[in-house]
Amino acid sequence: MTAVLQVRNLRKQFGGIVAVDQVSFDVMEGEILGIIGPNGSGKSTLFNCILGQMQPTAGDVVIDGRRVNGLRPCDLSGLGVSRTFQLLQVFPDLTVRESLILAGQEHRGSMISRLFGDREAGLGAAAERMIQFFRLSHLAGEKAGGLSYGQQKLLDTAMAFMAGPRLVLLDEPAGGVNLTMLAKLKERLKALNEETRATFVVIEHNMDFVMSLCTRVLVLANGRVLAEGNPASIRANPQVIEAYLGS
Amino acid sequence: MIAPMRIAKGILALGVAAYLILAPLQMKDFGILVMTQWTVMSMAALGLNLTLGYAGQISLAQASFVGIGAYTVALLQPLGVPFFAAFGLAGVLCFIIGWLLGYPALRVQHHYLAFVTLAFTTVVFLVLRNEEWLTGGVYGIANIARPSVLGWSAGKALGFYYFTLGILAVVTAGVWWILRSPWGRAFKALRENPVRALSLGVDTRRYTLLAFALGSAIGGLAGALYAPMVQFIEPASFGLNLSLKLLLMVIVGGSGIFFGPFVGALFAVMMPEWLRFTEAYYLMAYAVLVMILIAFCPTGTLGLVDRIMTFLRSRAASERRKSQASLMSSEEAAQ
Repeated sequence: MTAVLQVRNLRKQFGGIVAVDQVSFDVMEGEILGIIGPNGSGKSTLFNCILGQMQPTAGDVVIDGRRVNGLRPCDLSGLGVSRTFQLLQVFPDLTVRESLILAGQEHRGSMISRLFGDREAGLGAAAERMIQFFRLSHLAGEKAGGLSYGQQKLLDTAMAFMAGPRLVLLDEPAGGVNLTMLAKLKERLKALNEETRATFVVIEHNMDFVMSLCTRVLVLANGRVLAEGNPASIRANPQVIEAYLGS
Repeated sequence: MIAPMRIAKGILALGVAAYLILAPLQMKDFGILVMTQWTVMSMAALGLNLTLGYAGQISLAQASFVGIGAYTVALLQPLGVPFFAAFGLAGVLCFIIGWLLGYPALRVQHHYLAFVTLAFTTVVFLVLRNEEWLTGGVYGIANIARPSVLGWSAGKALGFYYFTLGILAVVTAGVWWILRSPWGRAFKALRENPVRALSLGVDTRRYTLLAFALGSAIGGLAGALYAPMVQFIEPASFGLNLSLKLLLMVIVGGSGIFFGPFVGALFAVMMPEWLRFTEAYYLMAYAVLVMILIAFCPTGTLGLVDRIMTFLRSRAASERRKSQASLMSSEEAAQ
């Protein structure tokens, strides 16, 4: 198995505050890595550094063997890297179907072909499949702004998969989602992982969700890696219990 | 439900087209000039609607592009450059300048961007006023001829009106094409959520510059028609006043709604004329009407229509759901 994502001695400093400190880890192809840690442990900053939303103070991010420090998020998207955000990020005035087509269109053809070619950039059928996969068929023509929170979460996740990414970083996918929707989301993510062999990195506070979805878990505390291992070993790790899970 | 709506839209479109073609035949020259002004201002507002309404980039510089387009035609005409070559050049020049003006938009947004574009308007005004050797300064450029097309002269008011109406139709079709393409979707994404758009591979930098450049180019094309329409241009016509008027057209018509600029231009160009019966109070009456409209309908006239249609659609849908539910319960009771 090859490493899709390699993070090497990553450090991010805001003035005197070190949010991420010498973090290193690898994520193998097809793996679902969970990242957990208390609030303020540096999880989202780590994501933002990996994804080009922030420039790391030091260290390297390597995707498929290529150092990607300094690349913009849209360039990373072109390399097959996709993400969801901690706070919902949909396009309120676009319909579900339009949102999904938008999510894939920039990966098709050139600027000119996008202007003069198919209005749906050849993604009509793919959008339809994604709508069915996430069971949003009854909402395909609805504007994203009019959907419930859980439905928007599903759409947000579906958008992240429209371009057929190799690596998907999901920032708190379970946050604010009710139990029924959560089970649906987990089942869909597992199915996608099996179907596409895409690699996932998941930040999440919901322990049951992480432990049942992820194949490996990394624990952050105060910007550093506290522990790393399979879900069972993390549950049993006394340091993790003390720092995060409680006794 | 969709078919009757489409038929109604088709009838409305035909009615508007028939009015635009036939109504000027009954008008005097002044009325035709007002209609021509509406076509030119609609075009300039159409460009601003692309930049502001669809891509979400506020610009107070649209008047400058109308001015650059107008001066391009006025300056090239005495050199013997054919109208359509000057017209195209005005569009290309404004596209390039608009692209460059887009760069500040990559760094600042909202009211900061408004101030950047306002500064640009001032710079263009000063250049037009001070560079007398080129622009004629405050004396402007007079005797701008109206074009002829394949031997047919658009010199008279009615002929020139149809000429501008034809060009407006072509430009409108072009903008419609752009907005229905993936570019249009990317513009909307840029307006609604640039961070998410960027993470999905939308090059927000390129689309921001494109939105500025395309909107400015359309403003330049409108200016290229403005010069032969009034046949005399001077710098004061292309200052902040016109930029604010164009902004008003976009907002009153419905920002981000395709036909919004046409309705907005109707308010801004025609309404003061319709209110002339109030004599000295006509501008005051116009200002009060605009205030009432913006206060009660911030999404613009077509935004209000859209809201009413959405309300009617959702009410019809809930009635359908209710009748289905009562049908099901009566069937269950029968079983």
